[in-house]
Amino acid sequence: MTQTFRDRVDVSLTVNGEPVEARVPVGQHLIDFLRTDLGLTGAHASCEHGVCGACTLRVDGQAVRGCLMLAAQADGAEIWTVEGLTDTGTIRDLQDAFVARNALQCGFCTPGMLVAAEELLEAGTLPSRAEIREHLSGNYCRCTGYEAIVDVVESVARARAGKAQA
Amino acid sequence: MKASAGGYARAVDVPHALELMAGSAGAGRYLAGGQSLVAALNMRLSEGDMLIDISRIADLSGIREDGDHLRIGALTRHADIGRDALIRTHAPLLSDAVRHIAHAAIRNRGTIGGALAHADPAAEFPACALALGATLHAQGGTGTRDIAAEEFFEDVFTTTLAEGEILTGLSVPKAEAGEVQVIEEVARRSGDYALTGLCLVRRAAGHRLSIFSAGPVPMLARGAMAALDAGDLDAAVEALRAEIDPPSDTQASGSYRRHLAGVLLRRAVKRIEGDRA
Repeated sequence: MTQTFRDRVDVSLTVNGEPVEARVPVGQHLIDFLRTDLGLTGAHASCEHGVCGACTLRVDGQAVRGCLMLAAQADGAEIWTVEGLTDTGTIRDLQDAFVARNALQCGFCTPGMLVAAEELLEAGTLPSRAEIREHLSGNYCRCTGYEAIVDVVESVARARAGKAQA
Repeated sequence: MKASAGGYARAVDVPHALELMAGSAGAGRYLAGGQSLVAALNMRLSEGDMLIDISRIADLSGIREDGDHLRIGALTRHADIGRDALIRTHAPLLSDAVRHIAHAAIRNRGTIGGALAHADPAAEFPACALALGATLHAQGGTGTRDIAAEEFFEDVFTTTLAEGEILTGLSVPKAEAGEVQVIEEVARRSGDYALTGLCLVRRAAGHRLSIFSAGPVPMLARGAMAALDAGDLDAAVEALRAEIDPPSDTQASGSYRRHLAGVLLRRAVKRIEGDRA
């Protein structure tokens, strides 16, 4: 076998639809690679042990903690951050609803909330408020008390279901 | 904090992973879903590890039928176990357990093999493996071997896996007709580790009851199992409370955990009796 231990690893991945190649230090978190090397500072690094959810990203179609994944592990992955999801318009209705319902104050948790909420909404069901709370239970917000965020996800789920029927 | 690691290598198959481990001078660590290991690296509980990324080894993932058992690959992720139809049909305890494990984003990455090998005393899957009477499959330099779940968990974060051995998967017996499996736990917030929890399985041969977050390892509560077989719930609760010695910590006192164990057993029995009706 040719591959052995390295302290820097070559990775080739897709970020927000663009191919990226880089050599990353083995201990570097995916979230720090995105923020410091690529300048994608939308998702935030906060608790850095998987508790707060501020670093939530979409990796290969699923919401993932950016601080519990090393950049070295992202070789071949398809990554979307809040910047990419904004540019494509994927979460436009969700973002508009966050503003309309005042579901953010400082905004620190919002990028992670959006990615986590979008994962639930993409399932295409009409989640109950309890299911919404459960799905977002890994994303901390210290401002809103969550009620407005749950309102947003509930209203967007209804709106999208209505649109799908129309 | 930022993670500290000494090196990284991506294993292409199990022999390659074992070879990397053998060449790591004792510093090798298998990296699967990373939902506990990367957190530990971040908190500098472990430094200088030579990470052997096994997460790309395709044949360690997935669920298939194997006669009267289900064979579950070690790299099968929690979220996949939660939505798998074979698991739902033949080992519903595991489907039921998934909703208690951490949060959605963690379940998307964490693996069942990682959870078993990590052996957190408060984790759900080790207790499920015990209650189901699972067999764990391991591969090392000298070949493969099977380990009964009852022989696997040795101490806090410690299993009977030998140095360098990889957990490749587990086999769980398919539920027989009329078998009932439930998990009950109490946590302060959704996604937190359980203060205490238990898994109860009722088969024709008798009850199997495992309890977790009540000691250094998940354990079968054999006294309570015997009392349940005899149809005496009060005696089972008494036996369960007597056969555990739960620790006190910042989350809960030992005596509160002992109290919870009995409450959870009554809830679990109520649920399986409800299923019989």
